[in-house]
Amino acid sequence: MDARDTPEQAELRRTARQLARELGPRTVADLDDRKRSQRLAEAVRDAGWLELRHDAGDGAPLASGVEAAIIADALGEAVADVAFAGPVLAADLARRAGARPGDGAGVAFAPDLIDAAVVFGPATTTPIHAIDCATGSPTQAYILVPEGAGYRLACVQVDAASDGADLTRMLRSLPAGAPVVAVPDQSRLLTRADLDSWATLGLALTSADLIGLMRGVLELSVAYAKDRRQYGVAIGSFQAVQHLLAEAHCLIEGAFSVALHASWAVDDRAPDEARAAGRVAKAYCARAARTVCETAVQVHGGMGNTWECIVHVYLRRALLSSRWFGDDGEQLRQLERTRLGAPHGPA
Amino acid sequence: MDLRDSPAEAEFRTRLRAWIAANNPGLPVSSTDDEYWARQAEWHTALYDAGFFGLSWPSRFGGHDLPSVFDVILDDELAVAGAPPRPSLGYLVQGIARHASQSIQERFLPGLISGRERWCQGFSEPDAGSDLAALRTTATRDGDEFVINGHKIWTSYSDVADWCFLLARTDPSVAKHKGLSAFAVPMRQPGIEQRPLRMINGITTEFGQVLFDGARVPAENMIGEPGEGWRVAMTIVSHEREPGELGYVARYAKMVKDLEQTVRADPGAFGSEQREAVAWAYVQAEMLRLHVCRRLSERLERVDHGPGGSIDKLLMTWVEQAVGAAALAVAGPRAVIDTNDVGLKIYLYSRAQSVMGGTSQIQKNIIATRILGLPAA
Repeated sequence: MDARDTPEQAELRRTARQLARELGPRTVADLDDRKRSQRLAEAVRDAGWLELRHDAGDGAPLASGVEAAIIADALGEAVADVAFAGPVLAADLARRAGARPGDGAGVAFAPDLIDAAVVFGPATTTPIHAIDCATGSPTQAYILVPEGAGYRLACVQVDAASDGADLTRMLRSLPAGAPVVAVPDQSRLLTRADLDSWATLGLALTSADLIGLMRGVLELSVAYAKDRRQYGVAIGSFQAVQHLLAEAHCLIEGAFSVALHASWAVDDRAPDEARAAGRVAKAYCARAARTVCETAVQVHGGMGNTWECIVHVYLRRALLSSRWFGDDGEQLRQLERTRLGAPHGPA
Repeated sequence: MDLRDSPAEAEFRTRLRAWIAANNPGLPVSSTDDEYWARQAEWHTALYDAGFFGLSWPSRFGGHDLPSVFDVILDDELAVAGAPPRPSLGYLVQGIARHASQSIQERFLPGLISGRERWCQGFSEPDAGSDLAALRTTATRDGDEFVINGHKIWTSYSDVADWCFLLARTDPSVAKHKGLSAFAVPMRQPGIEQRPLRMINGITTEFGQVLFDGARVPAENMIGEPGEGWRVAMTIVSHEREPGELGYVARYAKMVKDLEQTVRADPGAFGSEQREAVAWAYVQAEMLRLHVCRRLSERLERVDHGPGGSIDKLLMTWVEQAVGAAALAVAGPRAVIDTNDVGLKIYLYSRAQSVMGGTSQIQKNIIATRILGLPAA
C-alpha cells in the first residue's frame, strides 16, 4: 500500500505541469492568441496524451486512470485551453464498444450534463450538449443508440463554435433535430456496467481538473495577497485574508487525497466500489472548488470582479467541471440512495 | 500509486480482522460516555498484547518496526468492525523519541507504548491557551530534583495518569519561549491535586485540571535539554494535530456507520436534509481516511515534524464537526427532549475539536505564515 506517485507518475506530473504552464494562457487576452492555443493543442497531441485510453491490444487501456488524472490536473492548474478530458472520454467509450478510436472527438451529453445523450431515431429529439471536443474545425461527438439490452455508438456533427460559460473548453449545444451518423465496426454493445465504469473515469477526470484549478487559482491569490498593498502593508498580512487562503489550502489538500484515490480506483477496484470512490471525490472536490474559487475572487477584490482578471476563468471552468458528470448535490443523492436506502421505505 | 495490500499487508489484515472479531469490547463512542474512558486502558493493553499496537515504532521499545502504512490497515479494520480507535498517544512517542536522551527513551517508551504506564500532557494553563509560551507553572531546581508549582487545565486523562509530560518554566530571566523545559513528572505523589472538568456534553472523565503545589520530579526526568521545552512542545503539538497519529479515522468511521444504520433501519422517517447531512459526513470521513493513507505513505520516506500537522488538524476538525452536525440532524427533536441523547452528545463534543490541540484560528495562522509564506500580521 503506497499512495505516492511512482517515479514514472512523478515524472509525468512534472512534464505535464511544465508544458501546461509554458503554453497555457497567462492573461485573459491570451485566450484570443490562436497561435499559442494551436501550439498547446499540438503539444498535447504529440505527447500522446489523447491516446491514453486507447485499446492496448488486449481490451485494456494504454494507461490507467491515474496517468489520465495527472494530466487533467496539470491542465486545470494552468486553465489550459485545450481539449483533453473530452477526447480521452470519447476514446474510452470507443474502446469499450470495440470501435476504432477517432470517430468521435468528444461525447454529447443529456441536458443535465450527467449522462451521455441517448437518441432513439435518425435524428435527436431533445437538446444535447457536446463537451470539450477539439475546437477550430467541425467535428463529431458520440451519442448512444439503444439496441437490445445495451447501446451502440453513433455520432452527431458539431461545428466549431462554443456556447458555454467555460472560456477554455468548448461546450456546444445542439437543438433537437441533429442527424445521427452511424459508427462502423463496433465489436460489442455497451452495457449499463460499461457506461457506469466510463462515468467513473469522468468523475475522476473532472475531480482532477478541479484539483488543478484550485491549486492554480490559490497560487495566484497568494501571490496577489503578498503584492497588493492597502493601509501601507500587504493585504496578505491581515489575518482575515490569511485565514481565507489557509482554509483554501487545506481544502485542496483534502480534495487531492480523495481525487487521487478515485483516479486509482477507475481501473483497480470493482466497478461499484470505483463508482462510489468517484462520487466521494466529486462531491468533495466540487464543494471545495466552489469555496476556493470564490475565495480567489474575494482576495482579488475589485480587480477580481473584472473580465480582465484571469480569476473568473478558473471559476467558470470549475462550474463546468463541477456540473459535468454531476455536481456535489447529485453525488450526495446517489450516495444516499446506495448507502441509506430509498427515502420512502425499501424499494 | 498502488493501494492494494502487499502479501505481508494482506496476511496482517486477515490476522487482525480475526482478532478484532473475537476481541471487540463494543465500547460506546469516545465522546459520549464515561464508560469509554473507564475501559480505554483495558482496550489499549489488549490491542498491544495481541501485537496490534505501536506498529511502526522500534521493536526495542515494544513496537513492531513495520512500515507506516500498517496503521492505515489497523484504522481500516477497526472502522469496519466498529471497534474503538487505537489509543491516541503517538504524539508523545514522537516527542520523546525526537528530543529525549537514550536513557529516558529506554525508561519511558516501553511503558507508554504498552499502556502499562498511563500518561497525560500538562501544557495548557488557565492564562496560557493559544499563547502557550506565556505559561506560568515553574520548575525550580532543588538539589537532584525540580519543585513544581502551577495550574494545568484541559489535561486529558489526568485522573488516571501515572506520568505527566509537563511543560514548565525553568528560567524566568529569558524570553518566554526560551525559558521552558519539559519533564516526565510522576503523578502519584503529594503536592498534586486533581480536579475533574465537566465537558459541555456532560462527560467528566476525559478532561481534568491539575494543581501542582510543591510536587517533585527528579532532575534526570527532564526531556531534552534545559530551555528546549518549547521545541519539544512544538514537535508534540504538530503530531497531536495529525489524525494519522491519533487514529481518529476509525472513530469517525464508527460514528458515521452508526448514523447510516439508524437511517437505513427506517428510511421513511428521515427527510432530505437529514439524509444529505449523513451522506456529507460519510464523504468527509472518507476524505480523512484517504488523506491519512496519503500522509502515512509519505512517511515511508521520512517523518515530517513540520507545520503540515496544522493542515491535517483543520481537515480533521471539519470531519468531526460534519459528523457532529449529522448526528444532531438525525437525532431531530430527541436532541432537545433528552439531554442524554447520543446525537446531542456527539454534536456538543464536536465543538471542542476546533479548540483542542490548538484552535482553528491558530492553525490558519501557522498555515498562512509558515506554509503559504504570507507576511506575519
